[in-house]
Amino acid sequence: MDEVLIGNMLASSLRMATPLLFCALAGLLSERSGVIDIGLEGKMLFAAFAAGAAGAALGSTSLAVACAIGVSILLSWVHGLACVSYRGDQVVSGIAINIIAAGLTMVLGIAWFAQGGQTPPVSTEVRIQALWPQAQDAFANWPWLQAIVGEGLLSHNALVYLALALVPTTWWLLFKTRFGLRLRAVGENPHMVDAAGVSVHGLRYTALTLNGVLCGLAGSYLVLAQSAAFSSNMTAGRGFMALAALIFGRWHPVGAMWACLLFGFLDAAAIRMQGTALPLIGEVPVQAIQALPYVLTVVLLAGFIGKAVAPAAIGKPYVKER
Amino acid sequence: MDKASLPGHTTATAPTATVGSVAVGMHGIEKRFGAVRANQGVNLNVATATIHGIVGENGAGKSTLMSVLYGMYQADAGRIAINGAAATIHNADDAIALGIGMVHQHFMLVDTLSVLDNIMLGAEPHWLLSRADKATRGQLRDLMQRTGLHLDLDSLVRDLAVGDRQRLEIIKALHRGANILILDEPTAVLTPQETAQLFEVLRGLRARGTTLIIITHKLKEVMGLCDAVTVMRAGEVVADMPIAQATLEILAEAMVGRKVHIGRDGSVGVQDGAVLLQASGIGVQDALGVARLRQLDITLRAGEIVGAAGVSGNGQSELLDVLAGLLSPDSGELQVMAQTFNSADWLDPKTARQLGIAHVPEDRHARALVMAFAAWESAVLGYGHLTSYTTGGWMHHSAMRTATRDMMEAFDVRPRNTELQSSHFSGGNQQKLVLARELGQAPTILLVGQPTRGVDVGAIEFIYAQLRAMRDAGCAVLVVSSELDEILALASRVIVMNNGRVTGELAIDDCNETNLGLLMTAENV
Amino acid sequence: MSNTNMPKWAELVVLPIVCLAVALAVAGVVVALIGQDPMEVLSFLIYGALGTARGVSYTLYYTTTFIFTGLAVAVAFHGGLFNIGGEGQAIMGGLGTGLVALWLSPYLPAWLLLPLMLVVGAAFGMLWAAVPGYLQAYRGSHVVITTIMFNFIASSVLVYLLVNHLRPVGTMSVESVPFEPSANLPRMHEALAWLGIEWPASPLNTSLFIALAAAVAVYLFLWRSKAGYNVRAVGSSASAAEYAGINAKRHIVLAMAVSGALAGMVGMNEIAGVSGKLLLEFVSGAGFTGIAVALMGRNHPVGIVFASLLFGALFQGGAEVAFEVKGFSRDMVVLMQGLVVLFSGAMIYVIAPWVAKPLNAVLNLFGAAHAKGA
Repeated sequence: MDEVLIGNMLASSLRMATPLLFCALAGLLSERSGVIDIGLEGKMLFAAFAAGAAGAALGSTSLAVACAIGVSILLSWVHGLACVSYRGDQVVSGIAINIIAAGLTMVLGIAWFAQGGQTPPVSTEVRIQALWPQAQDAFANWPWLQAIVGEGLLSHNALVYLALALVPTTWWLLFKTRFGLRLRAVGENPHMVDAAGVSVHGLRYTALTLNGVLCGLAGSYLVLAQSAAFSSNMTAGRGFMALAALIFGRWHPVGAMWACLLFGFLDAAAIRMQGTALPLIGEVPVQAIQALPYVLTVVLLAGFIGKAVAPAAIGKPYVKER
Repeated sequence: MDKASLPGHTTATAPTATVGSVAVGMHGIEKRFGAVRANQGVNLNVATATIHGIVGENGAGKSTLMSVLYGMYQADAGRIAINGAAATIHNADDAIALGIGMVHQHFMLVDTLSVLDNIMLGAEPHWLLSRADKATRGQLRDLMQRTGLHLDLDSLVRDLAVGDRQRLEIIKALHRGANILILDEPTAVLTPQETAQLFEVLRGLRARGTTLIIITHKLKEVMGLCDAVTVMRAGEVVADMPIAQATLEILAEAMVGRKVHIGRDGSVGVQDGAVLLQASGIGVQDALGVARLRQLDITLRAGEIVGAAGVSGNGQSELLDVLAGLLSPDSGELQVMAQTFNSADWLDPKTARQLGIAHVPEDRHARALVMAFAAWESAVLGYGHLTSYTTGGWMHHSAMRTATRDMMEAFDVRPRNTELQSSHFSGGNQQKLVLARELGQAPTILLVGQPTRGVDVGAIEFIYAQLRAMRDAGCAVLVVSSELDEILALASRVIVMNNGRVTGELAIDDCNETNLGLLMTAENV
Repeated sequence: MSNTNMPKWAELVVLPIVCLAVALAVAGVVVALIGQDPMEVLSFLIYGALGTARGVSYTLYYTTTFIFTGLAVAVAFHGGLFNIGGEGQAIMGGLGTGLVALWLSPYLPAWLLLPLMLVVGAAFGMLWAAVPGYLQAYRGSHVVITTIMFNFIASSVLVYLLVNHLRPVGTMSVESVPFEPSANLPRMHEALAWLGIEWPASPLNTSLFIALAAAVAVYLFLWRSKAGYNVRAVGSSASAAEYAGINAKRHIVLAMAVSGALAGMVGMNEIAGVSGKLLLEFVSGAGFTGIAVALMGRNHPVGIVFASLLFGALFQGGAEVAFEVKGFSRDMVVLMQGLVVLFSGAMIYVIAPWVAKPLNAVLNLFGAAHAKGA
């Protein structure tokens, strides 16, 4: 196999996986605390819009990212208000956020920029560029290293590395800190946590806030690193794929990472596979590959490839017992 | 135990306890829930470094009293003094600060976390778990050594046996600095060996100066373990003595009180009717592996009311569910209406109804009615297959409504509104509707759980009359109730259950406070 | 959904209206924020939806699809399940309808073909929902997640079939050949012309009657049939249903199957009634609008028909506003929809106390006055 192709695939996989990873980790924190998060798609979309709008209007990367994160946190808090503080249905709330985001981003986009919903492209200074653009050239004499390490691993921008770094960070937060212990407990048995004198609502809102930050980063990546502007429905179901990855990774940061990398790989492979025949199977339709993450998740949930056990108290609003 | 070294504690002004003083003094405690006076003028004095038992039936008020002590409820009147100093306890945190710990009947644990994590949670000494772990492990090692309570700190709770989970709860409470420990029905889920081990631990704690309060109904255990005992009945303290002055008979009689022969109408039904239902060797284990029914045999005859007496939670609910087909036992056999069922292929509710078994469930809200349905929809629950109600998959609304109206008339259900949502009827009227539905099918066997729970006084006599009428019509009636007066008012014969077994059977005329109380608390090995 | 502390009639009628009002108010704020006049927008919206015969027809055309998807969500809700898969089930249903049309329209007459298209469409939708239903009932897989996944899978299946097998060779647009006329449901203006009434042309077609019939059928199923009673019992109190000897698992699958069948009928409107060929975008979010419709309509067929009308009016009115007002697009209606789902679904307990308090005060006043007078 061509080493350039492998290098390409590796690089593409990582790039496709990055927004998935941010969102999957966001969903992880929320769901581990007992709050279902169907709204990942909507939060990422709105964050992308905020990043695009702020980036174009204010001309600053940090402000764009800050806006994206701010908007996303706000939506997470709305979810928290409806579900944590007021016992509303968590699934309905998530769906509401998705639909509101889909509509409001377009309404504001058209009203503010009059480009059919798109935001104007952000300038190259605002875009997040590759960290080490010379990395590939450093390996000029070793083709395999140049492809795999140079392009595959070192050609990315800061957000890609940040997403990967957040995996051990989340793992550490969840399993090595007091907050993480309490978070895991509150998703399994909130009554126990309450009886131990720790605020259930406090934990859940903190989880939702972190969730907002991560979704904000996901949206920022789409607009500032991947393309250059926000366009209608640009998330294209990635938020749901992230949810699938989270479940496929069995609500564990490392599992979610592998799932996101797998799904990212499938995403990258889908286009390239078109027209190529695989041994035994023949030509695989691109749609089959695109559908594969979803099919795999259903197969997992149906219990055919091991068990996926969600946090025990997920989806149930916490009401103090008397 | 130096409180200052424990996480989350300041050297609060909790006075030191000395042996000989009174650890817990509760005076004149009053607590009402609506019209029910759960605690009336209750006085309790628990001496330091003693094991004090609080005994009583359901509804006696013992759990309420301890909930007041632990800060889960606020008393309407009365004073509490801990170690001689007046105390106001608004919540569990206040109680913990005063050195009071509680081991609940239903454990508050996270199954997926380790023993260490469960103990640490909420009182972690450091935000970095590695440091918190180390510090806590050291403290727990000392604690476990001193108390003799040993647990593998790294095993997951879901892998622990019930007895170990209880140890975990005790260690948790002690780790938070408890020197007054309340245990609510601690031996309810333990095997005899585990019970013996627990008693060793408790004696050891007493020797170290811990004050222990045990809520229980197991008189033999009280006699074997406690230094003093308080008996409660109907919200009041009826007896309070050092254990040397107590005997099983004295305690049993105090617990049950002069209930016999109140509410009886003199009728006993038929003595030797045909056997309608025979169950033998019924065994049921719950999800945690605790045996709920052990080798239970029961026979129901036509023309009698069998009352199943006993403290709640000793298998009565499981017995009803097994006989009604809602629960499949792990072992045993059932013969009813010339059909035999064994544990591999048990009855189900539909078959039960076809065999003429009617069931008035204990849990009216979750089982007997669909609360969101209108009265007429609840009135056909379980009987939708009857041809009078349904043909070819279509329900006959008018027939159902008429039937409901007839039921309401016959059983005086108010208001007579077939469209009213089930949840909007009063408890008594809901129960009457359920009875009308079940009795209206002319069953041969009637299973009734808590017939008058939540029912207003006016409806109680009516319900009793209906049950007696069924008996006289040749039905076999099994009544399970946590109210002994109810059992004694209705039954032709009484079977007493404790710990998943029938500990004894008495004809109604042979029942008195003492033998009933003894049977209710007897331990068959 | 019943601890809102107000009488049942208020919960079914007053509360949804208040939620709608709140959603409208928030939408109005957004309109003002982007520099438009909310009242002007509202008047264009109402005129566009209901002011002309053509507008009314378009409104009713949208309403038809929403009735199908709204009923689908409602039936599942009554069974205690959240069916978010209406989108995918509608896609599969339309696929089934289209496939039958493509295959048989040259050979069968309309009176045979159209019912067959309806049945197959419903069957495809039914299957697409029954699988998640089965997985939930028998394997404990969360139906919300599986139906979301199935939405995406359905989309992939449709794209694959259209691009690779159904698209005539050499064409660029992703759609099938048009069906033979026997596969087309008559348009309403054609039917009315046949009766001698002149009516402006629009996509509105006779599938509206199918939708209304479906609403009646759902009512009969849920409240007149034993199976429907059992479904509602399982959804309302699984423990009481168990006590009654009702097989909860079987009825969960049944509820999802009926739900999917209803969503699958969308194809009769969009494919058989309007486009006359199989194409990519014929559901475009109607599955999610169905959720809003079911929430507003309190899961009752009558409420759903009215709520569908409301959303149909919003969609048509929204198109009119987009035409008249600069800087405005149909996405405003999507936003409205999201706000409705938020307020009448997720935030119902936030709003309910604000309604219950004054309502109960007023009712007490009336009660007291009545008692005094008596």
